[in-house]
Amino acid sequence: MILIQNLTKAFGPKKAVDDLSFAVERGEVLGFLGPNGAGKSTTMRMITGFLPPTAGRISIGGHDVVEDALAAKRLVGYLPENAASYPDMSVEGFLGFTAELRGLYGEAKKKAVHRVVDLCFLESVLHQQIDTLSKGYRHRTCLAQSLIHDPEVLIMDEPTDGLDPNQKHEVRNLIREMGKTKAVIFSTHILEEVDAACTRAIIIDRGRIVANGTPEELRNMSELAGAVTIAAQNADAAKLSALPEAARVEAVNGSLRVYPKDKNAPVALARSVMDLAAREGWRVDALHTEEGQLDEVFRRITLPDTVKK
Amino acid sequence: MNASIRPNSSVANIKAIAKRELSSYFTSPVAYVFLVIFLLLAGFFTFTVGNFFERGEASLSAFFAWHPWIYLVLVPAVGMRVWSEERRSGTMELLLTMPVNAWEAIVAKFLASWAFLAIALALTFPIVITANVLGAPDNGMIFAGYLGSLFLSGAYLAITCMTSALTRNQVVAFILSVVLCLFLILAGFNPVTDMMTRWANPALVEIVAAFSVITHFDGFQKGVIDIRDLFFFLSVIGFALFATSVIIRNHRAG
Repeated sequence: MILIQNLTKAFGPKKAVDDLSFAVERGEVLGFLGPNGAGKSTTMRMITGFLPPTAGRISIGGHDVVEDALAAKRLVGYLPENAASYPDMSVEGFLGFTAELRGLYGEAKKKAVHRVVDLCFLESVLHQQIDTLSKGYRHRTCLAQSLIHDPEVLIMDEPTDGLDPNQKHEVRNLIREMGKTKAVIFSTHILEEVDAACTRAIIIDRGRIVANGTPEELRNMSELAGAVTIAAQNADAAKLSALPEAARVEAVNGSLRVYPKDKNAPVALARSVMDLAAREGWRVDALHTEEGQLDEVFRRITLPDTVKK
Repeated sequence: MNASIRPNSSVANIKAIAKRELSSYFTSPVAYVFLVIFLLLAGFFTFTVGNFFERGEASLSAFFAWHPWIYLVLVPAVGMRVWSEERRSGTMELLLTMPVNAWEAIVAKFLASWAFLAIALALTFPIVITANVLGAPDNGMIFAGYLGSLFLSGAYLAITCMTSALTRNQVVAFILSVVLCLFLILAGFNPVTDMMTRWANPALVEIVAAFSVITHFDGFQKGVIDIRDLFFFLSVIGFALFATSVIIRNHRAG
């Protein structure tokens, strides 16, 4: 549905986006991660046709975004960063306006507005002027705008930014729901959202893709993934590190963490740690296998050079 | 995609955007304040400074003569927000990622603001009635004056749209457009051209004056609708709107 090839955007000598290539199919929700200034918004602005790329190609549903801009734009719903809308309009007026630009008039327009008002819980503020609304409502108004023509492709730039936890939850559910039938790309720097809504995630840093995979795969890139933590009285670090499956042992908050040699076989390590504990007669208070942590992966691969050294 | 959607024509896009733009003028009190100030200024200059009654002639020349100067401040005030506000609030991104061409948005916004100025101008109708009650003016001449005034405001407005696209700051847009419009007045303003003839080649002075709105507005005031004057105003509008599209494209290209 969305095909991006060697996409590059330069602002003067600085490359904001550098040779990006990826594809998103219908039924996928792609999380777009990266530190601030990594090029997330720039990439989305190019996909939606607002910024022309310096090099590379974007095609949406087979339409080139530069050469066949209108056909591509028709397929896309876009929630821009900080959810801009016309402050002097009412919610109903604004949604009606965007419906008209999408080619919906009369009965179809009324139906479309009604549908997104229901979807985004805007019923109570329908006739209110947008600049009198709270941030959450303003955000959802712009979200409603992006859904008004039931687009096949949904691009959202930080859709949960500035929302309260309940609203975040609603929006994530909505994204997951949309992802069943559409191709969705959304950017975020909240890592828990990747688990909550994505089928796949890309981490970009300084305009380049540094990781691309399912949330599971990304988590497995973590050093922590597969490590076994054991809290036991008189546990012996030397004996743990002598285990054939163990790479090294580390003391963490009164318990011992054993890192596996082979990340893909965490169960083997857990079993032998358990057997060892039984043989040695340690009194085990807790024993568990660590999952990888996304934020650790994120920090490790996107850390600026100055901090890495 | 929704089955009932059929792609919009350019006319439909322009209509939708222009409708939004024009109604946004009237949702804020600024529009009404503007209308009142425009009518007050027009009345003040015509009756007090222009000595409408004392002239003893049944024409609106005292009325139209001031328009280039009244518009100089008021048209930039109307047009300054057209693009700068979209840039500042980020709605430009929203608008231009809709399935519309940039030129459609540019034309629509220009037409909407021009319609607003036309409404303001139309509200000066009592002066036409006054002239007709007091005497027997040449109504064809009055019509030509109104037509010229409309095109004059359109030229100023197109220039304001252009400066508005340059910046996200409305005040900067306002000042830039006042300066540009002032130049268009002064190039053909008699005191200035008289001064210039003292040291410059008269042919050169004439060429400079040909770029002035005053030179081309004069004919309309005298009741002459000259195709060349219309062409002048239309080309100023066309050029400024084209420049607007270049500015917006460059802004997006980064």
